[in-house]
Amino acid sequence: MGNIFNILMVGVGGQGIIMASDIVSLTAMYGGRDVKKSEIHGMSQRGGSVFSHIRIGEKVHSPLIAAGEADILFSLEEMETLRWIGYANEKSIIICMKTRINPAMVEEYPAGIEEEIKRASPKACFIDPEPLRKEIGNAKFLNVALIGLLSGFVDFNEDCWEKAIREKVPEDTFEGNWNAFHTGKKLYREAFE
Amino acid sequence: MAEKKLLSGNEAIARGAFEAGVTVGTGYPGTPSTEILESLTTYPGIYTEWSVNEKVAFEVAMGAALSGARCLLTMKHVGLNVAADPLFTASYTGIKGGLVLANADDPAMHSSQNEQDNRHYAYAAKVPMLEPSDCQEAKDFTVFAYNLSETYDTPVILRTVTRLSHSLGVVEIEESPSREREIEGFRRNLKKYVMIPGHARARHVVVEERMKRLEKDVNGFSINKMEIADSNIGFITSGIVDTYVREVFPDASVLKLGCVNPLPGEMIREFFGRVKKVSVVEELDPFIELRIRAMGLQVEGKKYYPVTGELTPDLVRKPFQGEAALTVKTAKKGLENRISLPPRPPSLCPGCPHREFFKIARKLGLIVTGDIGCYTLGVLPPYNAMDTCVEMGGSIGHAQGIEIAGGKPEGTGVVAVIGDSTFAHSGITGLLNAAYNGRRSLIVVLDNSTTAMTGMQPNPLSGQRINGEETVRLDYIKLALAFGMNEENVRIVDAYRPKEIEEALTSLLESKRLSLLVVQGLCIILKKRRRKAG
Repeated sequence: MGNIFNILMVGVGGQGIIMASDIVSLTAMYGGRDVKKSEIHGMSQRGGSVFSHIRIGEKVHSPLIAAGEADILFSLEEMETLRWIGYANEKSIIICMKTRINPAMVEEYPAGIEEEIKRASPKACFIDPEPLRKEIGNAKFLNVALIGLLSGFVDFNEDCWEKAIREKVPEDTFEGNWNAFHTGKKLYREAFE
Repeated sequence: MAEKKLLSGNEAIARGAFEAGVTVGTGYPGTPSTEILESLTTYPGIYTEWSVNEKVAFEVAMGAALSGARCLLTMKHVGLNVAADPLFTASYTGIKGGLVLANADDPAMHSSQNEQDNRHYAYAAKVPMLEPSDCQEAKDFTVFAYNLSETYDTPVILRTVTRLSHSLGVVEIEESPSREREIEGFRRNLKKYVMIPGHARARHVVVEERMKRLEKDVNGFSINKMEIADSNIGFITSGIVDTYVREVFPDASVLKLGCVNPLPGEMIREFFGRVKKVSVVEELDPFIELRIRAMGLQVEGKKYYPVTGELTPDLVRKPFQGEAALTVKTAKKGLENRISLPPRPPSLCPGCPHREFFKIARKLGLIVTGDIGCYTLGVLPPYNAMDTCVEMGGSIGHAQGIEIAGGKPEGTGVVAVIGDSTFAHSGITGLLNAAYNGRRSLIVVLDNSTTAMTGMQPNPLSGQRINGEETVRLDYIKLALAFGMNEENVRIVDAYRPKEIEEALTSLLESKRLSLLVVQGLCIILKKRRRKAG
């Protein structure tokens, strides 16, 4: 991991971006790093575009990632991946869940989104949520499964992840979430190793 | 022993208040300040309340402070407009027990109706203002603020912004802080606490002397920091923008102001003596820049930066890119998107009880004076059913003004719309005004039993207090009758029965008498939460 590692998480209000980014930030802290996270919530929770900046390093100043500086762009929705793609550069890892949510008042999802993401970043990785959802058995654990995938790209030991997930998810869902995390980790090994 | 925790700026302020021995917390919810008081409720030994508005919150905190308790008071920037009245005179009376007002500005207006710069309030009310840069400082400065408040016998404003309030950072906390403080109780002191002109004239002199003392002492405050590195260019910063400056100019000299009112004049002069060219980096107004110019020093700032919106590391970098005398950390080139994407604006939730009213209001062609809350989204498509929105509680007065002015408003009738929390906040006085002055306005309360926009805080129409305790629920009908309104002009209807809403609207408008229509439907998010909780 370089000097500062930047993760931008994006999606739509209600998808669970904030909880997912909390887990990653806590893990970084338990891993002994400095970490800052910045997000906007409030009105945007009503179905708007949601983003969360996470910066990890020895000493982090700004809680904001500069355009072009995200090491990972982690997105839960296709159109939102493209909306925030200016934060990624050609070396960035882009993880995009293949979910499409129409904005209010938009009847038809715009065409060519996936192609444009692939053009901008040929190595962007698309995750089909359906098989993953089936494997983990509960749609509510999907974000934690994706965090399992993300964990392949950042160097923290499993104890830190476990402690963070335990702290953030409802107590009675920990087992399910922890299994989902491992399913995501397996997905990382299959796709990237 | 210090322990590390990951806290938001807001949680860090609450933690600081807890460590400082605060026993009373009051406020009114408002993004981005809301979580400060919510977080304070999680600590033992502290009384907390959502007050009906910011002015009352200030008054309650002040009464407790005058009794010797340390108090935390929270509100968003526009909330201080409501509480400005007690603030300016609390500066005269002083406080006894530390009184800290945590006030959150919202540059870029992520969830606000304007982006005023509340540093002007500190200057105008002659009270100290501290500005933390990150979550650790949010905690540390809060503790510092209580000592400052009591040493100088003054309320202290702790200013935060959305970008700090809602960011998360590692904070070292005191595991078992000593909170033991003796609370003396109220002691009579007429010349200090009763601000009739004769007493107040003497207190104004005390305020001016206090500010003079502060102007001298502030130069020695540990929260102001001067770091000299490069002697060619130096930056003066405060608050969140300090982190951007450090990010993009890693080798620059920086004078970081922890206290923005009063400014540390001697420190500033010293900085100018050690650095050839000085620039101020500040969000919103040129508050620091103008005061430094008034000291007779040449400084630049707003020449480079906008007075609107948030600054970001990218914006801070821009004017200095290629500056030979300065190390500027450049960013990588971002990827490009060639497709134009539809915006994703916020909208009323599916199943929201406010939806039916807005559909009907548009169908009937009503002029709707609006207010602040979730239901403000009724202005957006597909409803387009709101015609004004200015401040909390404003809709009721606006409707009266339209009626008084006369002429032919373009709609088929004028109705004022207001939420339940907002009605309690400052709608009731508007309604009383209408009753008192013989208006014929129709006032519609869209009651979802909660303050939904800021995250489901209870209010005097919810039947619950901040901690979930059951309490009195304001009775609309008795209230209206107490205001002298006719019984048949007060109606309560179900938000999911459009026919009843429409019938009530038309018949109340036709009655040409002051009317109150309450459209009741539990907030859909709250309903889901309650179902989940069983």
